[in-house]
Amino acid sequence: MSLVNFTTREITCKIVYYGPGRSGKTTNLQYIYGRVPEERRGRMVSLATQTDRTLFFDFLPLELGSISGFATRFQLYTVPGQVYYNATRKLVLQGADGVVFVGDSQARQLDENLESLQNLQANLLEHGIDVREVPYVLQYNKQDLPRDLILTPQELDDQLNFRAVPSYGAAAVTGQGVFETLRAVSERVLRKLSEGAPA
Amino acid sequence: MTAELNPRFTFDGFVAGPSNRLAVTAARTVAESPGTAYNPLFIYSASGLGKTHLLMAMGTHARSLSPTLSVAYLTLEEFVEAFHAAVAAGQGEAFGRRFDAVDIVLIDDVQFLTTRLETQAELLRLVTQQLEAGHQVVLSSDRPPQEIEQLDERLISRFAGGLVVDIGPPEFETRLAILQRKAEERGVDFERAILSAVAAFEARNVRELLGLLNRLIAFQAVNEGALTTDGVRTLLGLEETARPAEAPAVAGTTDEFAQFVSTVGAALAQQMDSWRRRLHEARAYWEGRGYRVQRITGPLEQDTPVGAELLIKRFEEDVERLQALEQEMTLLEPARAGDPVFRDPDRVAEAEALVHAAKEGLAPPPGPSAAWAFEDFVGTGSNQLALTAARAVAEHPGTMYNPLVVIGPTGLGKTHLLHGIGHALSAAPGSLVACLSAQDFLDDLVQAMERHRVDAWRSRYRRATAFLLDDIHLLAHKEQSQEELFHLFNALLDSQRQLVFTANVPPRQLEGIDDRLVTRLGGGLVAELQPPDRELRLAVVTRELKSRQGEVDPDLAAYLADRPATSLRTVTGTVQRVVGEAELQGGPPSVAQARALLEGTPEPARRATPRLRTSGIVVSPSGGVRSREKVVWRWPNITDRIIEDVG
Repeated sequence: MSLVNFTTREITCKIVYYGPGRSGKTTNLQYIYGRVPEERRGRMVSLATQTDRTLFFDFLPLELGSISGFATRFQLYTVPGQVYYNATRKLVLQGADGVVFVGDSQARQLDENLESLQNLQANLLEHGIDVREVPYVLQYNKQDLPRDLILTPQELDDQLNFRAVPSYGAAAVTGQGVFETLRAVSERVLRKLSEGAPA
Repeated sequence: MTAELNPRFTFDGFVAGPSNRLAVTAARTVAESPGTAYNPLFIYSASGLGKTHLLMAMGTHARSLSPTLSVAYLTLEEFVEAFHAAVAAGQGEAFGRRFDAVDIVLIDDVQFLTTRLETQAELLRLVTQQLEAGHQVVLSSDRPPQEIEQLDERLISRFAGGLVVDIGPPEFETRLAILQRKAEERGVDFERAILSAVAAFEARNVRELLGLLNRLIAFQAVNEGALTTDGVRTLLGLEETARPAEAPAVAGTTDEFAQFVSTVGAALAQQMDSWRRRLHEARAYWEGRGYRVQRITGPLEQDTPVGAELLIKRFEEDVERLQALEQEMTLLEPARAGDPVFRDPDRVAEAEALVHAAKEGLAPPPGPSAAWAFEDFVGTGSNQLALTAARAVAEHPGTMYNPLVVIGPTGLGKTHLLHGIGHALSAAPGSLVACLSAQDFLDDLVQAMERHRVDAWRSRYRRATAFLLDDIHLLAHKEQSQEELFHLFNALLDSQRQLVFTANVPPRQLEGIDDRLVTRLGGGLVAELQPPDRELRLAVVTRELKSRQGEVDPDLAAYLADRPATSLRTVTGTVQRVVGEAELQGGPPSVAQARALLEGTPEPARRATPRLRTSGIVVSPSGGVRSREKVVWRWPNITDRIIEDVG
């Protein structure tokens, strides 16, 4: 996917929120949606089941306006977390410029986190993307839960952050850490601009 | 070497205020009458206050007033790189003359002169020369001359001899003016109060100020009209109120989305500029090394960002290829390695073609002839020493006997042995054996001289892993050939390549050969081939008979071997005669027949039935005589002829 289009002077960044089911990916997007001035946000598309689980994916387009002469647009996607929707996840992951892995901080969810991380790597690999090369950050969500139920960001780093990428503790429901995560991944995506742009 | 002046940097675009007015006025005066007002002009200030802008503006302004003026702008780094490149290319002096015709020399960032003594000397020379010629010199630095560490006193006094001015950090009004000017240029409209709020921040330099403006513009792109002066301060982090990153966010207290946009804007702006910076760096680096950088400067002149890394990567790949080609060319034809094509990454294909052509013209040197195999050389008795030496050379080329000189009169097998050694040496992987006669060596050189390709000729032989020259005495009085041979000898000996020569007399007795060659030949092993003794003759006769007849009559071999011979050529010639005669008579050669042929004893059977009543002259049908001269093998029986004539 072409991140920068010099002809039309457009920059489009596709950022995918990945992670196990119920880790809070959609909540991240909803919080962001709530903070975007009305004229800047597109319609958030959310295909959910009756129980509010993401069935297909969420999509939130953000118009950032003209930056350095480029019409800049961010597209935020989430994938369905449940194991059996892998085909959809693969589809959504296609052409991603950056990935946020939203992990569930609850201690009992650790295995699901690991499984989802492995699934992310496998799916990226199928698209011919090396996980070491794609801009990628970790978010440990639900840090607002009682201490005895969750692991601290340091503990989670030990378990999940093999590549020492930036990681953020978050409570997406209140918005804590949501924008930090988005900022971090965006900066990493943009840093790749000068490397990947066509000559 | 010099960089282009950026047309965006003009005096009109430079906001002058109390802090920089003196510098601007001086710069303008100098640009309007170069070489007369303040010479040299030395401008110093902290980073980001407009030194480069002023220098470029002077160049542009001077050129607009007088288009014929020659203006050179370069950074000290570029100056140093170019100077080093010139010295490396052995053109240090030419470098000094490069600025002779330049009316205005603008040198940026001279603070890097610290500790660079040679560069200081070169710069001092340049400045002195320019001043004497009445040409303008302008220098910029981040500190005054006397504060540049270890700067030559003479340079300090030269600099101080003109005008030294500084540019201070902009004060509020200048900051405000700069912000307004830049906002206008960007086509963005801000309320004056907003800009005042930004200008109130004491930016240390103009770049910092423009960074703030960038954030403001990015913010306004998403929040038109919603800016307040307080909001601006918060947004730009001008007050120490930024919350810690990990602190819980309270919805609504800060505009998270605006901050996000601002971050993205700043990151993007930085990225967009970083390509330019990277290209500038790459250009300075490669230009300093003498490469054409059109491919890099091209995109810099446009405003469209390019994938700098990819572009530089490809550029560097091409340069790498050029370097390899240049190196190859240096080996092939040193004189052509300096071709500009090797310095232009846009002409890799041409460089490749050039090297290819050089290679084409560079056939491997002539090798040993297939006619002389090492195994066929019969080594016994009289030539044992030479053969042993030859074997040693073949086994330990370059280290055992170097050079090996095989001497002896003609026809003893010197050439055979030489080519035999050549074959043995060729068997080693990667070997390139030059094996030729002195006459061919001479002819080849003459041809190369005619075609002006002596360099290629030299390379052709210097590439050889072994050099074997037959009949070196033929080079007598051939001065140029001896000269070339002398250098080739030294080059090959230095790199332990094997050298083998043959001559008809010992080196000391070689006439017409330069002493320096003679002594060098004598420095190796001189092995003499003796006239063949019986043992050797028998071996040769047996081999010859075997190769011609398949089987060998021991009596015949012994008879032929007993005959004295001064050379092996005589021996093989005799065998040829005997075999040829036998073929003519339709039978196998025998001792009697050979004796009749060689000693003239009449052959009874033949006398009884004289079938041929011709002149009796018989030419050997087997050939083997290279000169093709007709040899009379058997003289006619004169008695028969007389009777016939009488009758």
